[in-house]
Amino acid sequence: MTYLRDVGALARKDLLLELRARDTLPAMLLFVAAVFVVFHFALPGTPSRLETTGFLWVAILFTALLGLGRAFVPEREQRTMDGLVLAPCDRSAIWLAKSLATLAFLVAAEIVALPLYALFFHHVGGAIVLAVALADLGICAVGTFLGAMAVVTRARDLLLPLLFLPLAIPIVVGAVGASVAHAPGKYLAFLALYDALFAVVCWGSFEFVVSE
Amino acid sequence: MSAAAATIGSVLSLRRIPLSVLALASFVFVTTALVFVFYVAPNDANQGFSQRIFYFHVSIAFTAYACFVFGAWKAFRHLWKRDPRADLESYVCVHQGTIFGAMVLLTGSIWAKISWGHWWVWSEDELVLFLILYLFYCAYFMLRFSLDPGPQRANLSAVYALFGVVLIPVSFAAIRLAKEFLHPRVFTLSGPRFGGWILVTYCVAQAAMLVLAYTLYRVEIAGKRLDLRLRELRDVMA
Repeated sequence: MTYLRDVGALARKDLLLELRARDTLPAMLLFVAAVFVVFHFALPGTPSRLETTGFLWVAILFTALLGLGRAFVPEREQRTMDGLVLAPCDRSAIWLAKSLATLAFLVAAEIVALPLYALFFHHVGGAIVLAVALADLGICAVGTFLGAMAVVTRARDLLLPLLFLPLAIPIVVGAVGASVAHAPGKYLAFLALYDALFAVVCWGSFEFVVSE
Repeated sequence: MSAAAATIGSVLSLRRIPLSVLALASFVFVTTALVFVFYVAPNDANQGFSQRIFYFHVSIAFTAYACFVFGAWKAFRHLWKRDPRADLESYVCVHQGTIFGAMVLLTGSIWAKISWGHWWVWSEDELVLFLILYLFYCAYFMLRFSLDPGPQRANLSAVYALFGVVLIPVSFAAIRLAKEFLHPRVFTLSGPRFGGWILVTYCVAQAAMLVLAYTLYRVEIAGKRLDLRLRELRDVMA
């Protein structure tokens, strides 16, 4: 129970920070809208539903990357990471809380992005919404973990996309499959499996990322 | 009983084989493999002479997997037992795996050009998987060289190397799944009948690649250790 309370307190801190500073979410919203407009001009003719679905997922992935890149920046700038690591709580709680906060930003961005997509391109079905929900879990779990790794390196923001994109390819496969297939069950199950597998790996190994 | 097992283990330990013996062994094995592949193995009925690159392609791919898995095992040893040698060994394993991975892409690309007339085909699962793994492990080097030597670099590298072995089966499943919506038509290649000289040739080529990889691993480890020692000595002198 104390673990969940720790996670809640840490996640609340991030959400509160965002609410006061408004650093990440407006940037993500503006980015995803701009990407949609770019896609319109990058797709000659009248793109089919298949094509725009693919581009929707590229937009979601890159928007998520934008948010993930910011996730640990406040900790670095304010030098709060040492304090968090010294706090009397399990280290994995830091990862879980950060993932939840990032998930909240990403979901908020998508609540705007999906209707916008429907307005600009094609309607959004139930399978896409389900796939978005499942893919978000995986993106935030893995992305936050890698964000914590990238932020301590010299290359910093440059490194996160390089670390993250190869690991995100299975997410893209599952998500696009679920969005376009007639029977999305298999793809959704694959996404759920990915989420569970990588959540366990991240949860178990976060300790080593923040401590020596 | 356990003491006897430990003695046998230390006598049979690969670490004790001198480098010169390993170098000679890999020369002999690779030469034998070349002889088998070009002179002993029969021509493939469908694809003729060019199919022979497969003996190398498949055995190099298996060797690369072995390197990645071994690297992850060493990474696990680093995180779990704090084995002081494990970090360097894990890095060298991944390095060798990446070199062999590049060879997989190269041989696969040549084979694709001969078979289908294109340097790259997305329908070949193994090739696509190696492209993903190649990108992943290149990022491993970016990560490692973006950190100062020390426990933090060792930890982050180890964790990322462990992610790699999780990614291999997941990516493989993903590529299989993706085929269903990327390439709806299903074509089955009736695989070559495995047996006789084909099997022997493959086994020889596989052994040659494994011995070669281990030799290269040992050479690189020796070089890196020497480098470290030299740096330590310089620090002492300064």
